Amino acid sequence: MMGVPLVASLYIELSWIQVALAAGLVVVSGILSIALRLGMEKSLMIASVRTVVQLSLIGVVLTWVFAVDKWYIVVLLMAFMTLTAGHAALQRISRRYKGDWLDGVIAMGVSTWTVLAYAVFVVLQDVDPWYRPQYTVPLMGMLLGNALNGVSLGIGRLGEELVARRTQIETLLALGATRWEAASESLRTAIRTGMTPITNAMMVVGLVSLPGMMTGQILAGAEPMHAVAYQIVIMFLIAAATALGTVASVLLAYRRFFNDRHQFEYWRLR
Amino acid sequence: MHDNSPILEAKNLCRTVAERRLLDDVSLSLLVGRPLAIVGSTGSGKSLLVRSLVMLEPIDSGEITFGGKCVRPSHVPEFRRNVFYLHQKPAIWEGTVEENLERPFELAIHRGRNYDVDRAKSLLDQIGRPTSFLTQRAEDLSGGESQITALIRALLLNPTVLLLDEPTAALDADSTLAVERLVFEWFRGQADSRSFIWISHSPEQVRRLDCEVVKMDQGRVAT
Repeated sequence: MMGVPLVASLYIELSWIQVALAAGLVVVSGILSIALRLGMEKSLMIASVRTVVQLSLIGVVLTWVFAVDKWYIVVLLMAFMTLTAGHAALQRISRRYKGDWLDGVIAMGVSTWTVLAYAVFVVLQDVDPWYRPQYTVPLMGMLLGNALNGVSLGIGRLGEELVARRTQIETLLALGATRWEAASESLRTAIRTGMTPITNAMMVVGLVSLPGMMTGQILAGAEPMHAVAYQIVIMFLIAAATALGTVASVLLAYRRFFNDRHQFEYWRLR
Repeated sequence: MHDNSPILEAKNLCRTVAERRLLDDVSLSLLVGRPLAIVGSTGSGKSLLVRSLVMLEPIDSGEITFGGKCVRPSHVPEFRRNVFYLHQKPAIWEGTVEENLERPFELAIHRGRNYDVDRAKSLLDQIGRPTSFLTQRAEDLSGGESQITALIRALLLNPTVLLLDEPTAALDADSTLAVERLVFEWFRGQADSRSFIWISHSPEQVRRLDCEVVKMDQGRVAT
């Protein structure tokens, strides 16, 4: 197992007063919003409050989960995270269809749980017990957060493609194309769209951006090269979960829009 | 195939959407050599009927047979190779007219068959279009030229039945006559094994088609 020394004395423990000082920066942003009449001060305030409340809550939950140390509690927490992520993935898309929530949850679940299992049993290997929340919960969070983007972008783009290409798809079907041949252009575009953010992130990581997890480890006192090794692994896991999630969600949606009689059920799009 | 055998047949087709009966027990037989014209007001179910005939639309109940046999789901692409549906505004892809004509041959169902440039030129010749039409860019085509391109694209695949869904509704007089001529020539070329259904709103066109007329009204075949 790759050792990451987390020694309490190596990092500055934050007090709530220090957190409040950081919140002062949000106030500055709010003042800017008022001065420039951006009308964003209310949403900035709500977002800031949500950040504090949500992160504090997860802090409490994680503390409890770490203390209880039972596999079913960890699995339950991750199942809840998966359901929430599946729901969130569909909130941002404009073209909804019946059953999209289930497709989102299945795609997110299959992709992230498979990659997490691979990470725990194949990559990290020494996670003992296998459900150890210190590893599984943060890994799952990162996988879900990124797969969510891929699923959301992929399904959203597919809906737009199907509307824009409806005549093309029907013309192809009329010419004798199979449902797969008729849909493949739209499916490819949707999958590419879902994969673009993670591919772009991998292109510039370390050059333009320092990932949050790596920064967190370094701030907590880890050796930079150890943090880097972890980050590389994480990037690959995230890329795999995003790819799997995007492909799965787009294919599940495809099955809903194209039946085995090679008909395009365009009316399913709302 | 015998003259009196239905090449394409719909038996008791029904389709209801949001409690509205769009197709109400519709039966129809298309015989080889005996084309049909379908007329009826907007929303009477004409388009839905021909789209259902080519299985682009689902049906709640009923049966569609081709050559006396029920079309199984796995045979739908094969069926559509023989029964071609021409949309009022069919898709034309970016590129030249010729690239559009070649496109169907990339599909698995047409693999092994080749694009016949001489046949394409001959079809163009039938409607007095020069060979240079093939190199024209798709984005520069008028509505009429697009429809002619789509029809030639279909005819190059040698279908047995054409289902024409108001193919000339948005076209000028010249393009309308060109489309009619292409269909008539194709049909007369092998009238003993081919047939077509033409949806039309124009009484003059129906007269020119000179075939049996079926009237649709509120999802039913009006008697």
